[in-house]
Amino acid sequence: MSVLVYTEAEEGKFKKTSYEVVSYARGIADMMNTTVTAIAVNADNISELGAYGADKVLHIKNDKLNAFNANAYAKAIAQAANQESSKVIVISSSANAKYLAPLLAMDLNAGYASNVVALPESASPFTVKRTAFTNKAFNHTKITTDIKIVGLSKNSFGIKESQKDASEESFEPSLKDAQFDVEVKSVDKAKDKVTIADAEIVVSGGRGLKGPENWSMVEEMADILGAATACSKPVSDMGWRPHSEHVGQTGKPVASNLYIAIGISGAIQHLAGINSSKVKVVINSDPEAPFFKAADYGIVGDAFDIVPRLNEKLKEFKANNS
Amino acid sequence: MKILVCISHVPDTTSKINFTDNDTQFDTNGVQFVINPNDEFGLTRAMWFKEKQNATVDIVNVGGAETEPTLRKALAIGADSAIRINTEALDGFQVAKELSVIAKEGNYDLIIAGRESIDYNGGMVPGMLASLIGASFINTCISLEIEGDSATAIREIDGGKETVTAKLPLVIGGQKGLVEESDLRIPNMRGIMMARKKPLDVKEPQGASTETKAVSFEKPAPKGAVKLISPDNLDELIDLLHNEAKAI
Ligand SMILES: Cc1cc2nc3c(=O)[nH]c(=O)nc-3n(C[C@H](O)[C@H](O)[C@H](O)COP(=O)(O)OP(=O)(O)OC[C@H]3O[C@@H](n4cnc5c(N)ncnc54)[C@H](O)[C@@H]3O)c2cc1C
Ligand SMILES: Nc1ncnc2c1ncn2[C@@H]1O[C@H](COP(=O)(O)O)[C@@H](O)[C@H]1O
Repeated sequence: MSVLVYTEAEEGKFKKTSYEVVSYARGIADMMNTTVTAIAVNADNISELGAYGADKVLHIKNDKLNAFNANAYAKAIAQAANQESSKVIVISSSANAKYLAPLLAMDLNAGYASNVVALPESASPFTVKRTAFTNKAFNHTKITTDIKIVGLSKNSFGIKESQKDASEESFEPSLKDAQFDVEVKSVDKAKDKVTIADAEIVVSGGRGLKGPENWSMVEEMADILGAATACSKPVSDMGWRPHSEHVGQTGKPVASNLYIAIGISGAIQHLAGINSSKVKVVINSDPEAPFFKAADYGIVGDAFDIVPRLNEKLKEFKANNS
Repeated sequence: MKILVCISHVPDTTSKINFTDNDTQFDTNGVQFVINPNDEFGLTRAMWFKEKQNATVDIVNVGGAETEPTLRKALAIGADSAIRINTEALDGFQVAKELSVIAKEGNYDLIIAGRESIDYNGGMVPGMLASLIGASFINTCISLEIEGDSATAIREIDGGKETVTAKLPLVIGGQKGLVEESDLRIPNMRGIMMARKKPLDVKEPQGASTETKAVSFEKPAPKGAVKLISPDNLDELIDLLHNEAKAI
């Protein structure tokens, strides 16, 4: 009956979202009076998960799973769910978690709700609140199957400490070669850059910045804040910035703690994608720009004047506060 | 090569989202419907396979008669024939089940769906469909090449990309990158005329069950007014972000 939570690790280290999904699983387990079992693949510091409420960690050590494989991972998680007789399985909203989720749902005959933003409103019937219409609305969804899969939206629940002594158990799923039908040939990932998916802070630039040559001040701000850089759609369409930075309804969703928009008008399609960021700051020379209606803090002014000065001040702040 | 493109019929991205019947139904009043953007990228990539590799391209939708203009638009863009499964789409599982019947009957080599629909944002139909028909599955696909019975794809991952290979039959969850924005096609007069003559088969559903139910909807709480900070007082912004918002 244990709530099962899939905790993602990268090169052995747990991702921050793993602490959030464990915290959330703890919340559900407390509602249902049961325990939390985490499942981890090739991770180093298994006991860390206890700090967020895991009672037990099933640890898979298998070199064949070093490269992510949605099908094989789904099979492994499904076997763990069976072993633990889990009725609720919690996963994150990472690209990999969203990839394996529908496969896992089919393996377990489980109903799946993605982009969930809060603890279930009730455990029976099992009803969760999720975003829909690309952040323009919420939707209360009832999962009617015996086993339920909840995909938690990033930064929606937060990390909550609750000391448990997580015991480690090794877990060896039985995997067949046929499950590795999609084969990873190469991975191209910037190692030293913060990604939009993982970032606490995202600094984003729009067409107001006039050209790619003006992005150094955006990158500088991101550097100072340890943030990821992003951009509006026309900016990536014109090739000023890579497609991977395009955020919005048809680009990447942003659910960071802080989103700083520079020279972005705030079109409905842009806002839809970044709406679930907690705190929004806009810097725009046009006081009528729609972004001001969506932001928490705003500065009306010329980015080319403000951003360099703000960067200096942020540097000073960082020097005094770290 | 036989390709099936799954088309979801969704409110245009500029639509204001409202609900009726005590917030249980989406209010379609005055809403324009379009091909789901992720599906449009996939459809356009399918056109490339049609033109360069002689593929045939069928499209399919699970939905009521109201989705037919969207299907006609996809035919005008160049798909060969359309299938509509005549039932309301209720959840991802039911849609995937209904689609699996068509997928099996048609023996497709490649099924292109979108990473997610912009209305329900389920992100589940393509993966469930792949599982139901025993095909390989590649999600967040931003590039796809087919040679013989092998596919090479690039998949977007958090913070980068990954090159993967798989054998056909294959289902992908596609998105922008499969083709560029500038490659998207606006149907021309000839395409629209031809689309009228192309087959649009209406099939009765098998009556698949659901696993989830959208009980009700809710709009986000209105936001408080923005706090404006003078360009001459940037210290104030830093102070607010640090002490009030606790964001830095
Ligand atoms: C189907 C569809 C999907 C779309 N999906 C997305 C999406 O996912 N993401 C997305 O971003 N867009 C999307 N769009 C596009 C969207 O409608 C807008 O066109 C786009 O977001 C505008 O980008 P922008 O704000 O960078 O540019 P603009 O709208 O040109 O705004 C530039 C802003 O910069 C300001 N500015 C100018 N000079 C300065 C200066 N010196 N200092 C400060 N500010 C300055 C201006 O006042 C203006 O507000 C989509 C559109 C469609 C039709
Ligand atoms: N009613 C439908 N009919 C046909 N295809 C659909 C339907 N709903 C979803 N799809 C396909 O599945 C993809 C993902 O949808 P979803 O799982 O709802 O996010 C869409 O981009 C479509 O390709």
